[in-house]
Amino acid sequence: MFPLRISGLCCQPNGRIVLDGLDLELSGEGISVILGANGSGKTLLLRLLAGLLPADGGTIRWGGAARPDGRLAMVFQQPMMLRLSVHANVEFALHPQGLSAAERNARTNHVLARVGLAHRAGDCARLLSGGERQRLALARAWAMRPRLLLLDEPTASLDPSATEAVERIIREIRTDGAKILMSTHNLGQATRLADDVVFLADGRVQEHESAQRFFARPQSAAARAFMQGELPWRIAFDH
Amino acid sequence: MNMRHRNSAWLIALTVFGSAGYLLLADCDPRLLEIVGLSLFVSLSALCIGTLLGLPLGAWLAVSRFPGRTALVVALNALMGLPSVVVGVLVYLALSRSGPLGSFGLLYSPTAMVIAQSALVLPLIAAVARQIIEDAWQEYAPEFSLIGIGRLHAVGLLLADCRFSLTVATLAGLGRAMSEVGAVMIVGGNIEGYTRVMTTAIALETSKGDLALSILLGCVLMTIILGLNVIAHALRTWASRRYG
Ligand SMILES: Nc1ncnc2c1ncn2[C@@H]1O[C@H](COP(=O)(O)OP(=O)(O)O)[C@@H](O)[C@H]1O
Ligand SMILES: [Mg+2]
Repeated sequence: MFPLRISGLCCQPNGRIVLDGLDLELSGEGISVILGANGSGKTLLLRLLAGLLPADGGTIRWGGAARPDGRLAMVFQQPMMLRLSVHANVEFALHPQGLSAAERNARTNHVLARVGLAHRAGDCARLLSGGERQRLALARAWAMRPRLLLLDEPTASLDPSATEAVERIIREIRTDGAKILMSTHNLGQATRLADDVVFLADGRVQEHESAQRFFARPQSAAARAFMQGELPWRIAFDH
Repeated sequence: MNMRHRNSAWLIALTVFGSAGYLLLADCDPRLLEIVGLSLFVSLSALCIGTLLGLPLGAWLAVSRFPGRTALVVALNALMGLPSVVVGVLVYLALSRSGPLGSFGLLYSPTAMVIAQSALVLPLIAAVARQIIEDAWQEYAPEFSLIGIGRLHAVGLLLADCRFSLTVATLAGLGRAMSEVGAVMIVGGNIEGYTRVMTTAIALETSKGDLALSILLGCVLMTIILGLNVIAHALRTWASRRYG
């Protein structure tokens, strides 16, 4: 499944070019963060990798193969919540894996405990707060034991404490052995989570560096501009 | 108790007392009770059959993609407006001595009426359910496909997910079954004490000139339909507050 090699990826939904010959190579470990302004195509790239829509050009190779041979899970920016209990919202996703009812139940209870939702297992998922919903969605993905987990702006509309809880869960999922590829437009989050940073602008990867090197000295002008635009904001609010 | 609960409680009380009052007014005429009872039996049986078959059919149609599906959806929507006398004639033809089901001898029986009303409400329930479930499906389809949810499992999940909205489909079916007169008249024959229901009794009494009895029966019928709707609405309001 890894390395994941993307070359010359093009995508123009409804005729507008969004991804324009994107190249990227990802290893099977750690947390890779896709950084980019709103509308830069982060969501589109994740959806292409998930196979939810066809590309208009270019190739995606999973360890040389055309399809991933490991399990892939994705948490959308607004995750689906069935009008069922919190427990049922995790458990249904384990059906396709052919587990017994007892195994499904055990796994569900286990992940719900790990994201701090065990006490709400019987409540209706639609009544959860934004942060709790995001944790439930992560639990659902986690229970599936993916090799690659795609996360689209997992904390986009959360307050700082909910954000922290979600980031802690993301680190734990990585520790469990999943490769994580997540998008964000939040620089602070990228500094806290990223092992490597993929900076997306103008339909291409402008820069792909270890987090340390990226934040110490971004190479591309676009990344510097993006960070300058974000940094005053971050300094004003973080300190 | 908040305002909405109080309103619902009032409506339920009114309905219950209303129906009780009407029945007392009729001096508990056993024939009247029989007519009301048969009406309820036939329509609720048809509703059960129509719901049990119509909901899965609608859900399946919502998540399936095959050639001719659009035509089927349009046809199903058109069937919502199917005249009940046409259904009556079709079921009559099927059940009559020389028809394909003639050997069962069901014509002019409550069973025939249940069959006719089932045929009438099934497309209605399926069509409304198809729309409701397809809307939910559009929203969930990407995640379902990524998780690898099969079609049958998706149908089950969507039916469970939409259960409160789907009461609308069922209520529409109930209204249709309780209020139709053409189909039960043709296949039931309006036989006193056997296949006479409220709508056929109203039609008959009116033509005989007994307007008082017609109006009374009409009021009972409307009260029952209103009552069932009030109960369903109250349940739905309570449930959607509880389950989001
Ligand atoms: N299905 C689609 N149809 C038309 N335009 C789309 C579609 N998906 C994305 N886009 C466009 O592509 C651009 C990038 O979108 P997106 O990937 O959501 O950006 P990001 O997630 O980085 O904010 C946006 O301008 C958006 O309008
Ligand atoms: Mg996005």
